[in-house]
Order: sequence, then C-alpha cells, then structure tokens
Amino acid sequence: MSEITKVTSHINANEALIFERSQPGRIGYRLPPLDVEEQAIETLVPKQFLRDDDLEGVPEVSEVDIIRHFVRMSTWNYSIDQGMYPLGSCTMKYNSRLNEKVARIPGFAGLHPLTDAEDAQGALEVIYELQQHLAEITGLPGISLQPAAGAHGEMTGVMIIRAFIDARDGEAGSAKRRTMLIPDSAHGTNPASAHLSGFSVKTIRSTPEGLTDLDHLRELCSHGEVAGLMLTNPNTLGLFEKNIQEICRIVHDAGGLVYMDGANMNALVGVARPGDMGVDVIHLNLHKTFSTPHGGGGPGCGPCCCTKELEPFLPVPRVVAQTSVGASDERHRLDSMPLKLRLDFDQPQSIGRVKAFFGNYGMMLRALAYIQTHGNDGLREATEAAVLNARYIAHGLTSDYDKPYNNPPMHEVVFTDKRQTRKGVHTLDIAKRLIDYGFHPMTIYFPLIVQGAMLIEPTESVGRQELDQFIDAMRSIAREAVDDPELVLNAPHTTRIGRLDEAAAARKPVLRWKPKAKADAAKET
Amino acid sequence: MANIPEDLHYSKDHEWVRVDGNVAVVGITDYAQDSLGDVVYVELPKPGEKFAANESFGSVESVKAVSEVFSPVSGEIAEANDSLTDAPEKVNTDPYGDGWMIRVKMSAPGEVDSLLTAAEYEDFTKGDTE
Repeated sequence: MSEITKVTSHINANEALIFERSQPGRIGYRLPPLDVEEQAIETLVPKQFLRDDDLEGVPEVSEVDIIRHFVRMSTWNYSIDQGMYPLGSCTMKYNSRLNEKVARIPGFAGLHPLTDAEDAQGALEVIYELQQHLAEITGLPGISLQPAAGAHGEMTGVMIIRAFIDARDGEAGSAKRRTMLIPDSAHGTNPASAHLSGFSVKTIRSTPEGLTDLDHLRELCSHGEVAGLMLTNPNTLGLFEKNIQEICRIVHDAGGLVYMDGANMNALVGVARPGDMGVDVIHLNLHKTFSTPHGGGGPGCGPCCCTKELEPFLPVPRVVAQTSVGASDERHRLDSMPLKLRLDFDQPQSIGRVKAFFGNYGMMLRALAYIQTHGNDGLREATEAAVLNARYIAHGLTSDYDKPYNNPPMHEVVFTDKRQTRKGVHTLDIAKRLIDYGFHPMTIYFPLIVQGAMLIEPTESVGRQELDQFIDAMRSIAREAVDDPELVLNAPHTTRIGRLDEAAAARKPVLRWKPKAKADAAKET
Repeated sequence: MANIPEDLHYSKDHEWVRVDGNVAVVGITDYAQDSLGDVVYVELPKPGEKFAANESFGSVESVKAVSEVFSPVSGEIAEANDSLTDAPEKVNTDPYGDGWMIRVKMSAPGEVDSLLTAAEYEDFTKGDTE
C-alpha cells in the first residue's frame, strides 16, 4: 500500500503536533475594543514578572483547530469503556454511569469548599455515611477520606504508626523503633512511604509458595527495633496470606503495628475484614475497589482506616456527628434521627492535615453510589465474581503458560514467560502482541520477585464471553511464539505506531517541542 | 548463556567484584543486565561515602524496573563510574568492563573470600532460573 497524503482537516492517523498546526495570525477569540485608554503593559506589571523571551512557536490556532486536534488524539486511547483492561494490581473495573451522574448533581458539584459546615450538612453526610460503610467493610472504625491516592493513604497510615509509637514509647523509645518490615513482593510505594516517614526498611523473604516467610519474620522481629509491618493481602502474587493472624500476632508481640496495603481489597470486600485479621491500619483505593475512575493518574481517593486505638492520630478535620451534649458519637445510627455533623479540628494527637479541604470529594460521591447500588449482597457477589474470573483465567492458561505458584489465586493471577523464552519470546513481546488482539496488556515484570511476570486481573466487570476471548488470544499468542516467533517479537502490527524504542525514550527523552530552527541548532551542539 | 569470567568474585545479588590490591571494583553481572533488560539510568554514590557489605549503594533503572545494587564488600567509595550517567547502556554492552560502577577502598578485604566463585555463581544462577 502506497503512502497517501490526507488533507489536514480530515482525520489523520498521524496527527500533527499542535505547534505544527499553527498558522500566523490565527486566533480563537475576539475581544471588544477597550472603553478605557490603553496602557503599555510595562506600566502595569513589574519588569521581573514580564516574559522577555520571544514567544516563537507558541501555536496560533482557532478554537475549532484545538477541539479537533485533541478529539482526534482522544480516539487513540484505549479505555475501560472500550474493552477488558486486565492490568494486574490496578483493578480496572468498569465505572458505572450512575456514579458519574451522582457526582454531577449540582448541589454537590457546585458546592464551594469553604461553605460553613452548617450549610453543607448534606455534603458532610455523604462523607460521614461513606466512612460508616468503609468502617464496616474493613472492620476498622477510624477513617479519614483525605488522602488523594493509594500511596498517599499509605503514607498517612505509616505516619499514624509513627505518631502512635512516638506517643506510646516516648521520644527515646520511639527512636529505637525505626525498622519497617516489608515483604519482597510488595508494591514499590511501600518502602517509599516508610522511608519518607523516617523508617528504614528490612525485606522479608517470600516462601516458595509465594507467602510471607514466618520464620524470617520472627527472626527480623527478634531484633527488637520493629515499628511495624507493611503487608498486602492478598499479596501482589494474587495469593491470600493465610497466616495473616499469626503474622499480626508476631508483629504485635514484638511491639510493632500492622499496616495493610489495601490495593487488593477487591478480593475481600464483603467476605473478609482486615480489622478481624488483626490489621491496625489500612488504606483503600476508591479508584480501584470502589469503582471510581483512575483517570490519567488522578484524582484518586485513598482513605485511611484504622483501629479505635489509632483514631486520635488521624488527619484533621474529622467529620463527626454531634450529640445533644456536644460530644461526638461515632456510633450514631444513621436512620434513627436527622444527623447534625460538624468538622472536628480539636484532635491534639492528629498528624495534621494531609490534603487541602476534605480530599477529592467527587470520588467519595461515586464510591458511595457504588456501595449503595450494590448493597451488602452485591458487594460480596462482586468480590466472588472477581475471584472466580481470575481463577477461570488461571485455569484456562495453565496449559500454555508457566504458572509459578500452585495455590489457587484470588482476584489476580501471575504467569511467566518461562516456556516462551526458549524461542526468544519474552513477556514484553507477549504483552505487545496482545494489543493486536484488541486487549489492553496485563501488568508486566511485576511483582519483581517473579522473573518475566505477567499479572492478570480481569475484575468482576467481564463476563464469560470476554474471558474466553482473552484466553483464546493468549493461547493463540503461545502458539505463535512457537510457530512464528517473529510475528510476536515485532508486535504490535495493527496500531498507529508499532513497537516503541522504550530504552531510547528513557535514555534520551525529548521532553518538549522546539521550533525547528532551534531544534536543529540544538542537535548540532 | 551468561558470561561469567573466572577471575572475579560474585554476590548472590548479582554483583561482581574485581580485586585490585586494596581496592574492589564492583559492577553487575552479565546475567543481571540480561534479566534487567535495557538499562536507562544508573544512580551511584559519591567518592568518600561509606558502605557496609550488603548495603545498597545505588540503583539501576531498566525499562522493566528500578533495582537496588548492593556493595559486596565494606569500605569507602574511591571512585564512581560517572560516565554511566550519560551512557547507561554500557551496563548492558560491557558489564565487566566499561559498565563498572564503583571502586571501593576495602575496610575488610577478607570479606571477598566469602563471596561466590565463578563456578559457584554459575550454579546459583541456574538455581535461579529453574
């Protein structure tokens, strides 16, 4: 097929950059003439605030140019509304339109964040009620909805542990407890949160079954400096840490606290509660488990849930119910009488505010809508379907791909490229080829302890038909890896752009556009 | 098959050590660079910094992941291979040569004896892949 030149106003697979669309003199606005005397900008704005570089290359375009440019590019996206998104550890479930509708109710969407609590009772009730639901789901009564993402909620949890130990052991005692234990299968954010909160990290080995090594945990705890453990359950291999109660007991006996990374709560909601397992503090990802959008990195919401004992250390302000005597009553029944809610800043042991205002409020509305539309039975059913779907894939792919752990997976399953590497086909190639079959690739090369890992999480949002299509695609790729490895090694073939040189992109990143003359000059130097 | 030179010492974290008098030259093995894939960034310590054996002295970022690198011996950094900042691909193309990472003035040269020999390391990597 020969290359053709399409007229620029037509949809083009190789959309020009907005800078390259620029036409001298084109504008997207027309202002009325001034009715006051025009003054030179220099007389109005101090010199240090004026740009003195030339604005060469700033695109001159009309409104319709801009709209078409970005709409065209938006059609290159792959999204959860287009198909299955089996990105392990990310829980890319479908985000219901009803949640979106609720989040756009004008009374909520238009509410000013500085509105007095008195005049925002409905909005506070949403926060309060969501907190009650999350407390019931996790078995942990103290909740803050402020954190804006999973890692943020995680760090909030670790800071609470630090504050608790500071208060319990005093400054000198706390200074001796600066070790955070983290399994080698953990998310990379865990050690980062621990480090930022002043802890040093010791890594716990996993057993050949993919679970936390209890003997190693006991040994590390015996050193006596343990502030806590950060554990994901089910862990990142998709396996339930069946010894969780014993794990919590070991850490508690050593004077430490247990933080659970709630990234994988989609395997537990409505079935098992971290609070009942002995966990002290956990974060949730509303943008995973509770169906709020992931949206290009945000906004997210990573609530932090903790025991009664840790509650005084939660961020302020806290949304609390006011009783007639003025004391807060967390156990207030929602249906018994109209609530009066207030913002409580008077928490002297609090770690302080972790987010402006109250967090990403729109996410709370969506999560509450998700919880209420599902109800108790529905939440449990979603969890069961998520686990069943992952096990269905685990079963369907075992004949073609190496499955490094025999235990039945929970909501996600890990495979490796071990059988395919004999023909030179690796995990990256399999993931790229999957794009040709119309699926978003799975998570690859994570968890780090599994060589050539492919982490697949279908979620409850896909039915049998799509699961079968996915399994068929993966099995077909396994056959191609044997019969025609080049086809897989050079994939994807059906996309706008083929295989990218990821190494060159990372080693020599081009981070901004420059006018051609300057770019050429820069190349020469 | 990964290249494992006879004359070097190896750690279970896939670093190699070349002993040069009281100085140890440290890098990551051919097996390690192959497992990591294309290296895109290397973060190294400054001369004068001190590390205990098995302590992390820096990190290697590949297209797959960021991995810590551990000093197989205790001592003070005499020199870091700063050329890796601009050319991290040397870790892939020449892991035992231009891709070296640090030179350490050893405080306990005897530690080298507890490292793996080439034959032991080869067995170790086989266990790793089976």
